[in-house]
Amino acid sequence: MEDKHLLEIRDLHVSFPMGRETVRAVNGVSLTLEKGESLGVVGESGCGKSVTFSAVMRLLSSPPAVINGEILLNGRDIMKLTEKQMQKVRGKEISMIFQEPMRSLNPVMLIGKQITEALLLHENMTRAEASERALDLLRFVEIPDAGSRLNSYPHQLSGGLRQRVMIAIALACNPQILLADEPTTALDVTIQAQILDLLKRLQAEAGMSIVMITHDLGVVADIVDKVAVFYAGSVVEQADRETIFGDPKHPYTSGLLKCIPTLGTSAKRLPVIEGNIPNPSDLPEGCAFRTRCRYATDLCRAEKPPQVECGPGHYCMCHYAGQIENLI
Amino acid sequence: MNSEPLIRIEGLTKQFSISRGKNLRKAKFTAVNNVSFDINKGEVFGLVGESGCGKSTLALLTLRLMEPSGGAVYYKGRNIFDLKYNAMRVIRRDLQIVFQDPYDSLDPRFNLQQIMEEPFIIQKQGSRRERSERIAQLLDAVGLGTQLLNRYPHQLSGGQRQRLCIARSLALSPEFLVCDEAVASLDVSIQAQIINLLLDLKEEFGLTYMFISHNLAVVKFVSDRVGVMYFGNLVELADKENLFGNVQHPYTAALLSAVPDPFGAGKRRDVLRSGVPSLIDPPGGCVFHPRCKYATERCSREAPCLRDIGGGHLVACHRAGIMNGEVK
Amino acid sequence: MKTILKNKFIVIGGGIILVIALISVFAPLLTDYDYGKVDLPNKHLPPSLTHLMGTDLYGRDVWCRVAYGGRISLTVAIGAMAVALVCGTLIGTFAGFVRGWAGFVLDRINDVMMAFPMLLLALIIGVVLGPSLNTMFFSIGIPCIPMFYRVARATTMSISERSYVLAARSMGSRRWRIIFRHVIPNVLPHILVIMSSAMGGAILAESSLGFLGFGIPQPTPSWGLIVNEGKTFMFTYPWTTAFSGAIIALTILGFNLLGDGLRDHMDPKIRNSPGR
Repeated sequence: MEDKHLLEIRDLHVSFPMGRETVRAVNGVSLTLEKGESLGVVGESGCGKSVTFSAVMRLLSSPPAVINGEILLNGRDIMKLTEKQMQKVRGKEISMIFQEPMRSLNPVMLIGKQITEALLLHENMTRAEASERALDLLRFVEIPDAGSRLNSYPHQLSGGLRQRVMIAIALACNPQILLADEPTTALDVTIQAQILDLLKRLQAEAGMSIVMITHDLGVVADIVDKVAVFYAGSVVEQADRETIFGDPKHPYTSGLLKCIPTLGTSAKRLPVIEGNIPNPSDLPEGCAFRTRCRYATDLCRAEKPPQVECGPGHYCMCHYAGQIENLI
Repeated sequence: MNSEPLIRIEGLTKQFSISRGKNLRKAKFTAVNNVSFDINKGEVFGLVGESGCGKSTLALLTLRLMEPSGGAVYYKGRNIFDLKYNAMRVIRRDLQIVFQDPYDSLDPRFNLQQIMEEPFIIQKQGSRRERSERIAQLLDAVGLGTQLLNRYPHQLSGGQRQRLCIARSLALSPEFLVCDEAVASLDVSIQAQIINLLLDLKEEFGLTYMFISHNLAVVKFVSDRVGVMYFGNLVELADKENLFGNVQHPYTAALLSAVPDPFGAGKRRDVLRSGVPSLIDPPGGCVFHPRCKYATERCSREAPCLRDIGGGHLVACHRAGIMNGEVK
Repeated sequence: MKTILKNKFIVIGGGIILVIALISVFAPLLTDYDYGKVDLPNKHLPPSLTHLMGTDLYGRDVWCRVAYGGRISLTVAIGAMAVALVCGTLIGTFAGFVRGWAGFVLDRINDVMMAFPMLLLALIIGVVLGPSLNTMFFSIGIPCIPMFYRVARATTMSISERSYVLAARSMGSRRWRIIFRHVIPNVLPHILVIMSSAMGGAILAESSLGFLGFGIPQPTPSWGLIVNEGKTFMFTYPWTTAFSGAIIALTILGFNLLGDGLRDHMDPKIRNSPGR
């Protein structure tokens, strides 16, 4: 008898046929998320991380996208729900916040109204109750002067405040999962720090599960319990945070960690991963990373590597997982 | 023997007037406020700050791509703002720039051949054969092959486009190169490649850089000396070891502590209060004082000057020394 | 050259226009009748083997009038569009690039021109310059300048903010070179789209002017004129209006396809992609 995970993605494939080419955005992704856990999803552009979670929210239009696999929320396959049923799930059980708050907020609608709209949609509340709750939410996300902000328009707020409003809207109906897609990328470093602190508080106080999608490993290190590293539409490595940063087994993960300069870096040149990120419509055969991997062999070209368990809760998609010496 | 700096920026100021909408009276805001510093031949001068701090405006002013409201920029002893049009055209060969968005910096209708030839055509340099040879050399130096010459920008990856922009900027054999967030839009693994490339090119061609970025870790890695800008003002300037090891200005300290570090998880952050001040209505006295935890009454009255506290370490703060050089 | 021919839109659109133009040029060889000769006993004859498109209210062969009519209509449409496009694009690009006071003044002049009823403006110009074929180029072309000006200016303003323009400046490029090498080629596609749709308007405008007596003197036919002549009899003897209307529509289609094709051809992304 399987333990029920809060969210389980099973062998998800998403592709976009475009005439002569097919864009293979997601190629067999399997992930789990437990209650109260936070997951960091890391990868560079074109790796499929955003598409995966857009698929979870059922935000991809199914033509043209071709989606296969199961996505289980509390044991229930939400891929099989009708759009109407899915609308009850979005916002209520899973919420998502995006990178550019200015584009996600309606520029001609008052902030307060955008929050109460979410509440009135999912909860049984009167308008007055919804307004009260909206005020509480703005206070919870530490927006100064919350009362008057309810009657502001998005353009009257700074980027950091808008992102807080996005978070407030996402939290309105107490979802179990918050998906955050590059929420701090467009923000300054000092504002980013504030938002990350807020998300940490959310996790601690509300017991919410957070999925943090980002290309910035530093951001992830701070607030997540476990990490999944994406490359070319697959999860090449997943493990808890200490293991990913301390003892990665996949050449891509370790290469990525080494090539990012930190305040402590003392080398004269950065150790790089050679080559370019593969085009999702033209992925290399076998292991998609082999064209950039210094350890690649003929086996890597012949066969796509399986997901190997190299430790408790530590999975690695490499033929040589755990066998490469001095990886980091 | 010339010990004069290659570039001397003195009292550079730029103000913009914007219409306020409600009343027809135009308001002025100061994007760059009386900034002065030197850049020595052969060094990498890092300029760091968050969005809106004026670093990009400063970059454009330094290359006279914008006219200042006041101040001067001396290149090899001559004020570039005093030069007549034709004299400036000649100097432009020596002063080049690489922009943040490689796609935006390339005319989508030009193929690589045309893009690379353009500097020579504009400056009327070289015969056809000489140009071809030089173009091949430049492409080789940045790691692109001549087989790409009949491709168009949209057929290249982000990293390749940025390499192309770098090659183009070197076409006229400049002495000074401004890198305005040159790696910010690139993926992490590509960013590392381009950073290494810029450093290699500097050695190979004897270049001097002004490297502008909001990413402190990258700036630290690349630079010899670093200046920190806040809201149009230069608040601190020092060589690398002193800036990062002996922080004097509270803003720099806050920036440093906000930087997410993949290997320093759990580090306590010095989260700044409130947000960036209003452009049109800046705070009186020290522009940072509303967010500064060490601010005194004097700070709200009197704007501090940039002064040398020893060894070329400049700070604009009444309370310099309060933190004893540690990032708390 | 080869890539141009591979572009279906250019081939089909260009082909249509070429055929129609050739018909107009070789009209004397293709028709037997005199387009001006009134032949009242034979008025309103339906299409037959002797009169391919029937006869109009004065007994004149419609096919003959349509064939010759092409000479006037095509010349006026192309000429007027050329005037509007060249003036509108150049002035608009200049205004968008330079901005400041010059831009402000030009914008206001443009606003006034747009506010003026097109036909009234055309008439005024026609009166001033006197009725003739050359006058038509200006009386129809000038009122069309504003729409090209607006697109050129708006597109130029957005292009001049792009980093590649800044890059060209940093290399020491002179302003005029930037305008002709970078700005105008990126403005043209937008202009071409408008041009195709403006063509139809030009052809019909010519007929309105003719109707009001400011066009080409009778009995020289133009398509718009033929449409107007047949208007009263549209439900009884429809062939006059139907055939002339159809050829106008076909010509406009040809220009639209050609315009779209040229626009796509000028865009390297579409030009080089397979299967276009």
